[in-house]
Formats: sequence, C-alpha cells, structure tokens
Amino acid sequence: MMEYLTTRKDDLVGWVRKFSLFPYPFVTACCGMEFMSVSSTLYDTDRFGAALPRFTPRQSDLLMVVGTVSHKQAQVIKKIYDQMCEPKWVMAFGACATSGGFYRNYAVLQGVDKVIPVDIYVPGCPPRPETVIDAILMLQEKIANDHHPILPYEQQTPPRV
Amino acid sequence: MMNETLTTALAPLVDRSWDSFGMPVLELQVAQLMPVVQRLRTEFGFTLFLDVTTVDYPARQPRFDVVYHFMSAQHRSRVRLKLQVSEEAPVVPTLTGIFGSARYMEREVHDMYGIRFDGNADLRPILLYEGFVGHPLRKDYPMEQEQPIVPYRK
Repeated sequence: MMEYLTTRKDDLVGWVRKFSLFPYPFVTACCGMEFMSVSSTLYDTDRFGAALPRFTPRQSDLLMVVGTVSHKQAQVIKKIYDQMCEPKWVMAFGACATSGGFYRNYAVLQGVDKVIPVDIYVPGCPPRPETVIDAILMLQEKIANDHHPILPYEQQTPPRV
Repeated sequence: MMNETLTTALAPLVDRSWDSFGMPVLELQVAQLMPVVQRLRTEFGFTLFLDVTTVDYPARQPRFDVVYHFMSAQHRSRVRLKLQVSEEAPVVPTLTGIFGSARYMEREVHDMYGIRFDGNADLRPILLYEGFVGHPLRKDYPMEQEQPIVPYRK
C-alpha cells in the first residue's frame, strides 16, 4: 500500500495545469467554423481538458487567435492579452494568425506574433480538427515540461516578455 | 426603351454615352455631375444610390475615373456615370445633398483613393485609421508597406 509519493514541484504543477486549459476564442474569420467543429461533439477538445471556452480574458489562460487580425484589431488583441492573468498561453490558429496568410497588404497584421508572444502555431487554411488537437497536445506537453515558478510574477527570472 | 430616352434626354449634358451589357454608361464632365444626378433622380426615378468608387489608371492623363451607379426600382434599370479626374486636383462635388447615403461611401473613396468630395463635411477615415499616410488602393501605394498602430515586439 502506497502511503506517499515523491515528485518534482514543476512536474506536479505542470500536470495540474495542462489539463485545465480555459481557452478564450478570439474568432475573427472563417477559421471560426473549424474552431466550432473542433470544440463540438465529433472532435471534442473536452477529451483533452481544453473545452469550456470562457468569454472573458480574465478567466481564461489560453488565448486562441482564430482568423485574420487586421492592424485595427491588433490593439484589441493586445489589450485582451494584457488582461489575461498569468500563467497564459497563446495559440495562433490558422495561416492568417500565424503569418498573415495570403493577405499581404496594407490592412492585415503579418502574424499575431508581431504584437503578442505565441506559444504554438497551427498551420492550415483552415486547419483540420486533427491538427488543432495535435497542437493542443503539443501545448500540453510544453506546459508539462515547463518551469512553473512559485514566486510572484514580478520576481520571476527570466521575466516573460 | 428607357435607356434610349435617358441617353437622348441627357445627351446635351454628357460627353459620351454607350451601352454596357444593357446598362447605359454616361461619361461626363465634373461640372455636369450635379445637374445630371438631379435629373436622374427627379425625372427618371433613379432614387437608389448604389455605389461610388474609383478606377486608377496610373499611365493615363487624367488619372482617375470616378464611377457612380444608380438604380431605379420603378423602371428596374441601372445607370453608370463616369467622371475623369486628374491627380493634381482630385475634387468632385458631393452628392450628400441629394442622397444621404453618399456620406459613408464618399468617405470610403476618400480613404482609399484620396478623391476629395467638395461639400462633404465629414471626410474622416472610415475603414482606415487616424494617422494612416497615403491611399492604399492607388496603384502606386507600395504593396508591402505596413502602418501598424500597435508597435511590434522586438
């Protein structure tokens, strides 16, 4: 009979955090159709502990940028990212959020990583649901292997930018 | 027969007119715009202002074509007006006095092509943002030029 077990603090916190992702879907374009498909019954992100989208950035820790982001929207997405509490992760969902996609013009931001840091990029126009699930699994692996400091955000080294 | 009566009635005011897939096209001077639109509305029942836009011919002199479309639900027909406007003085009288819906469409054309609508009091950017330099749908606007509002991360 096992009465105790030992583990590393980072492993434990990472294991806890990776299965309680609360996504905030910032849906701006046609990728939203694929987001609906991946989050509903057939593909079901709930199996990976990443369902239940919160429609306020203050309650979520995964910002999913789904679709094209224009320069006028960039200020909105920056504000939403700043409103999210630490720890937070960002997924660039689809070709437009990743790199601007085929919109190489005056209006469109050439990848959301120009204004906020992105943890995982999902290719595709739009991505297949399997690709998104793969990205969620990779993000969970990244969270599990990450360093999870107990110190307050201001005292962390190195600080997240 | 509506098209023929229209083109013959307006013939003294227009430079050139032709038929484009069943729609009369009238090419006219900037000074003739207001009387022509006024008559289209009152005499011929073109009560719906569909669109104003511009075509940029970089090599041509004068450079721009300002294009208007009107529709008459009563006669089930449309008409297109074309004005040639130079790059040095891209000024066209506003249609806001005749069609209220012209305000926003003229703002968009001012955004995208830099055509000034004389008499439209509100030509603030509508699709672009304050501080945007240049007119992106002109052919000489650099295709890769970006004017971000949020400064980029390093």
